[in-house]
Amino acid sequence: MLSPAEIETRLERILLSVQKPGRYVGGELNSVTKDWDSVQTRAAFVFPDIYDIGISNLGIQILYSQVNQRPDALAERAYAPWTDMEAQMREHGIPLYALESKHALADFDILGFSLPYETLYTNALNLLDLAGIPVRAEERDERHPIVIAGGHACFNPEPMHAFMDAFVIGEGEEVIHEIINTVSKFPREHVGKSERANVQTCKRVNLLKALAQIPGVYVPRFYDVTYLDDGTIQTVTPNIPEAPQVVLKRMTAKLPPPPTRFIVPNIEAVHNRVAIEVMRGCTRGCRFCQAGMITRPVRERSVDEVVAAAEDAIRSTGFEELALLSLSSSDYTPILELVTAIGEKFAGRHLTVSLPSLRIESVSVDLMEKIKDRRAGGFTLAPEAASERMRRIINKFIPDDQILATAREIYSRGWATLKLYFMIGHPSETLEDVQAIVGLCNRVLAEGRRTLGGKAKLNVGVSTFIPKPHTPFQWVAVELPEQIKAKQDLLKRELRDRSIKLTWTRPEDTLLEAWLARGDRRTADVIYAAWTNGAKFDAWREHFRYAVWTSAFAARDLDPAFYAHRPRRVDEVFPWDHISDAVRKQYLFDDFRQSLEGEIRADCREDCYACGILPAFAADRRAHPGNYWKCPEVKSP
Amino acid sequence: MRLRITFAKTGSLRYIGHLDLHQVWERTARRAGLPLAYTQGFHPGPKIQIAAALPLGFSGRAEVVDLWLNETGGDEPRPYADLLQSAAPPGLVIVRAEPVDEGAPALQTQVAAAEYEVNLLEAGAGSGLEAKVAELLAKPSLPRERRGKPYDLRPLILSLEAGTGERSGTLQMVLSAREGATGRPEEVLAELGIPFENTRVERTRLIFKNDIESK
Repeated sequence: MLSPAEIETRLERILLSVQKPGRYVGGELNSVTKDWDSVQTRAAFVFPDIYDIGISNLGIQILYSQVNQRPDALAERAYAPWTDMEAQMREHGIPLYALESKHALADFDILGFSLPYETLYTNALNLLDLAGIPVRAEERDERHPIVIAGGHACFNPEPMHAFMDAFVIGEGEEVIHEIINTVSKFPREHVGKSERANVQTCKRVNLLKALAQIPGVYVPRFYDVTYLDDGTIQTVTPNIPEAPQVVLKRMTAKLPPPPTRFIVPNIEAVHNRVAIEVMRGCTRGCRFCQAGMITRPVRERSVDEVVAAAEDAIRSTGFEELALLSLSSSDYTPILELVTAIGEKFAGRHLTVSLPSLRIESVSVDLMEKIKDRRAGGFTLAPEAASERMRRIINKFIPDDQILATAREIYSRGWATLKLYFMIGHPSETLEDVQAIVGLCNRVLAEGRRTLGGKAKLNVGVSTFIPKPHTPFQWVAVELPEQIKAKQDLLKRELRDRSIKLTWTRPEDTLLEAWLARGDRRTADVIYAAWTNGAKFDAWREHFRYAVWTSAFAARDLDPAFYAHRPRRVDEVFPWDHISDAVRKQYLFDDFRQSLEGEIRADCREDCYACGILPAFAADRRAHPGNYWKCPEVKSP
Repeated sequence: MRLRITFAKTGSLRYIGHLDLHQVWERTARRAGLPLAYTQGFHPGPKIQIAAALPLGFSGRAEVVDLWLNETGGDEPRPYADLLQSAAPPGLVIVRAEPVDEGAPALQTQVAAAEYEVNLLEAGAGSGLEAKVAELLAKPSLPRERRGKPYDLRPLILSLEAGTGERSGTLQMVLSAREGATGRPEEVLAELGIPFENTRVERTRLIFKNDIESK
């Protein structure tokens, strides 16, 4: 591998020939460059999309600050180079390197890939290749870093099992330390002599065995999968005694203080902001929502902690925006107290405060008024469905009256643009249910016209439902592309008002996400074949090539419909069943059945439905009594 | 108050453009606790004027920016330059910071010329350079095209020298930087037959109209 100095010399010659060279040079405020030789263990966190997107990833910021707080370890970062830079790097023999020290990624002990969504998979393969590291885990030996992935998509790790040495299931801030402690006990030996290869290979296996014993770490090579004749899974069994039958996710019982020394990019990024997570988890139980299931239980930070962190982070970064993040801002218990405090603290400082995922009720408009100096940017609401039947099925029940009353408040208090998010393709949805979206949009816009006249605007975003693993809808099929198209055509035909702007997800994008989200181990070969045939940046419209994927399935003799369009048997073993988010499969199935009956399940803060979190994490709940968690308290054993 | 800052832009900051530099200044001022004044209107923005855009990849030794601040009472705990330096990202070096007359003309209109130093990265690239420079300067005109428009580069070159001895392999040049009459170092390099990617360019000084008049 090239030395950092050699990499820098070669970079200097190519940087001015690529777009936005600022993506590739590091040197950002608050980035941490430690003395390479002063630490024992070196980790690089990789976000497999371009810098502009990856730089604001909160997960990487958290892990970066956790690792760099340790005197015995360092963390650096890498992102996917855009295609122009990748071409230059390959032409000039520059391997993927970390921005801080310019060390090649191959020099690190641990590579941590962030995989929050599935369309990053081919990029992850491409980055390993660009780093000069074998893409397949089985081809790596102790000369190579341990390659680990984490993030929401890893709750079904199987499609990527062939490329990762290990996966972190669940929250990373504690387990990262256990991983570093473990890796540090297996120092790498940079020996090229082939006769020693056996000894060394043995060592890597020992390290992987040690990793497999860390709670929340899944090492796929230690599991065997057998299939039934119909292609579904028969069993998933550990093949070494050290590997647990089921890998239970990691969950941080008490959230550590939020990171505040955010890395400040020198170039324009997608999000230029301080992000403070006010709450983790969600109690609403919308049945389509994977995040709401896998991030349980709800844990809330205190107002004081959030405000102090926000103040500290704004001072250390100078960012012009503060985002208060959670899955459902309105459900944060002291939300009013929080926005009042934030409003007072930052008033007149030209700071934009954003508060995503507000409930559809007029109180939300009051909340927004407290934090907004101006009405720019629009107001976003997510009804997800427009007919009463659909709202019962997905367990997000907001009556039309409430939506219209909220819209009236929003327009009348000066927001000219309202954004509504819907999802089509919910289980059992018909064209009438989609027609209801049209009706609702027209009535909402009419509310706007009543107060603002022609100035009132409505943006309508319509995505397509994908039955994600670990949700009550995991037994359901994705709609066929022609069904999706018919529904989208209806919306395009009927939502013709000049003041309404409609956006939708292309059916091909939905299908790819569905295949990858619901795939099994055999999907890994499809991903590999697609990448070999040029698939990368699948989340980018201009790069995504559907035909490459369908031919990759064909080449592996697999039917994409088997993964996307097949309703699952009640007793089917899912590829992700040995990965547990602590929510019981029976609970999900009961909830699915209730959905078919049109029964709503209320917010579980009001009533515990025994999803499985408490028995799995009873000791944690006992250790943190009171209101910090939103689950009921558990009695002493 | 209008604060005039002379600064160096080096290191990885060489690779950020003009608009991004604006943002860097906004954030640096915010971190320094200096209250930027904002423009009025529907899209208020901080009042920041950078004297002359520095092309991507060039470093700058003495660039100039004006920041407008709301009155601070004038009792900052430390000099402005110190406050800004401790809040600056790597690669941004504050040379000087001093208040100037609020009513002074816009910085961009005052730049007359810029001085550059070019380092040739290829070993031995300095040999024969003096002769090439002399040959170029002897020409009465250097007709070129920029974005399809013909222009003459020669009168835009106010001075051009090849380094000798220890400074062999370098070029010093002063190019006109008036509105509508701006010479660019890469154009001079092209005339000398030196590939731009084999060089490193630093703008060492901005020459303002006043500087010339007061001479």
